[in-house]
Amino acid sequence: MTEVLIIGAGPAGLAAATAARRSGARVVVLDAAEDVGGQYWRHLPAQRPAAREQVLHHGWSRFTALRRELTGVEIVTGAQVWLAERHDDRPPTVHVLVGPADGRDREQRTFEPDALVLATGAYERTLPFPGWDLPGVFTAGAAQALAKAERVAVGRRVLVAGAGPFLLPVASSLIRTGARVVRVLEAGGWGRLGRAWTARPTELLGASHKAGELAGYVRDLARHRIPYRVATGVIAVHGRDRVEEVTVARLDAQWAPVPGTSQRVAVDAVCVSHGFLPRAELAVAAGCVTGPEGAVAVDGDCRTSVPGVFAAGEITGIGGADLALAEGTLAGTAAAGAAPTQAQRRAVLTHQRFAARLSDGHGIRPGWTGWVADDTLICRCEEVTAGELRDIATATGSRGLRSLKLSTRAGLGVCQGRVCGRSVEELLDRTTGGLLDPGRTAARPLAGLVRLGELARMQGDTE
Amino acid sequence: MTTTGPARIGPADDPVQPGDAAEIVVLVDDVPVAGLAGQTIAGVLMGAGRQSWRTTARQGRPRGVFCGIGVCFDCLVTVNGLRDVRACQRRAADGDEVSTHD
Repeated sequence: MTEVLIIGAGPAGLAAATAARRSGARVVVLDAAEDVGGQYWRHLPAQRPAAREQVLHHGWSRFTALRRELTGVEIVTGAQVWLAERHDDRPPTVHVLVGPADGRDREQRTFEPDALVLATGAYERTLPFPGWDLPGVFTAGAAQALAKAERVAVGRRVLVAGAGPFLLPVASSLIRTGARVVRVLEAGGWGRLGRAWTARPTELLGASHKAGELAGYVRDLARHRIPYRVATGVIAVHGRDRVEEVTVARLDAQWAPVPGTSQRVAVDAVCVSHGFLPRAELAVAAGCVTGPEGAVAVDGDCRTSVPGVFAAGEITGIGGADLALAEGTLAGTAAAGAAPTQAQRRAVLTHQRFAARLSDGHGIRPGWTGWVADDTLICRCEEVTAGELRDIATATGSRGLRSLKLSTRAGLGVCQGRVCGRSVEELLDRTTGGLLDPGRTAARPLAGLVRLGELARMQGDTE
Repeated sequence: MTTTGPARIGPADDPVQPGDAAEIVVLVDDVPVAGLAGQTIAGVLMGAGRQSWRTTARQGRPRGVFCGIGVCFDCLVTVNGLRDVRACQRRAADGDEVSTHD
């Protein structure tokens, strides 16, 4: 029987698991969290039952149906994959530590699957701005996770800002924590948004149920009289030890702040998201070819460049949960050695067209560096400012990202450049007139935090 | 209830209509803080109104939750003597001793 290992239990991973099982494979699913669902269906723990949890979710019935279908699938939660050991002719050996997050005596497990499906999802890209390290500034995803899985409100007067349709469900979640959402600010202008969403409308028919979802969010904004502004963003946050005020300003088509348009707003929390980055380090470690924006390159059946390794969901390009479900179904079927149907392939194409609109309408524009001052923190872990980055690049004359990371320490901290990596690259690319080795920040040989004691114990086991 | 900062939603105000959940207590720098079984350490801290709990090494700046999904490592705490645990990822257990000082 074919053994299929799936990493990630969000929409893509769950769809892959059920499809691979239906196709007759033995299936194991790993997820670092303590529960399945991923970030999209992050939910209350079993210890906190709720009668109407579905009011916080879209597609909740799809999730509960998928979860019921997992019978016969081995689910391993609390599973931190820390190393994908590469082989040229077959899927990598996958090394996993299982136990409480960041614990010290976790169980070590190793998998040698016949086929591997990477469904590791994405995380948010938040652009740096003055004061973004103050407590009370959250990624929009943090506000969402705290609302869905903890029933914690991040603040009482909250401003939501950034780019992309994700801002709307975040505002809706915040409303359901009892917070007052004072504004939702979208950096993209109507011109660009309109062109992206109204061109070739027939292409969007397959994704038409999304219109209903969108209408629900818009109703929420209207009912609570929450202003939605386009071509506007947060360009600074103020406060001593916590957020007290934000400065908002009009942004031009390139996202540069328009002089004379700034205004201060009193808030106690700010939730910011400028887009998403594929969580591709395991794919990179396994030797998979990646394309623009760091997404894993796949063929029409979700095969990566490495034999036996498939990828599905946000790591193949940011496209939302429907695309992730369609890709997961395709990847799970193919990974089990069965032939996907034409209908399964068509579903992926329909949702890919929808995803292309997202990036056309909301993608990050280069003018954001206009709100970054010399003393603005870029690397939060090592506390490196934009001025330090530029000064060191100018002083050393280096155009190598690797050497500049070593001399500035940006991206070398505990998050391994996950938060600042792209922003550091963009700033240095402009200061140096072009980096010689762009894209390097996506390579992380160790995919998770491992304690030295755990490594030492593994060494002892093999001797 | 304070009027600013994070807070856990009261069950009577919560549209999800929560059922019963067991209370737990964790010691945060030796002070008892109440939470609910199944919450993360970050959830317990923020539910009790805490917005920050760590201080950065270089500039001594306060930090709490930023990404909330285990990516940024801003929310690190020491749990039962073990350093560098992401508060947003670790589920709290009744009686956990949490230290916010390295």
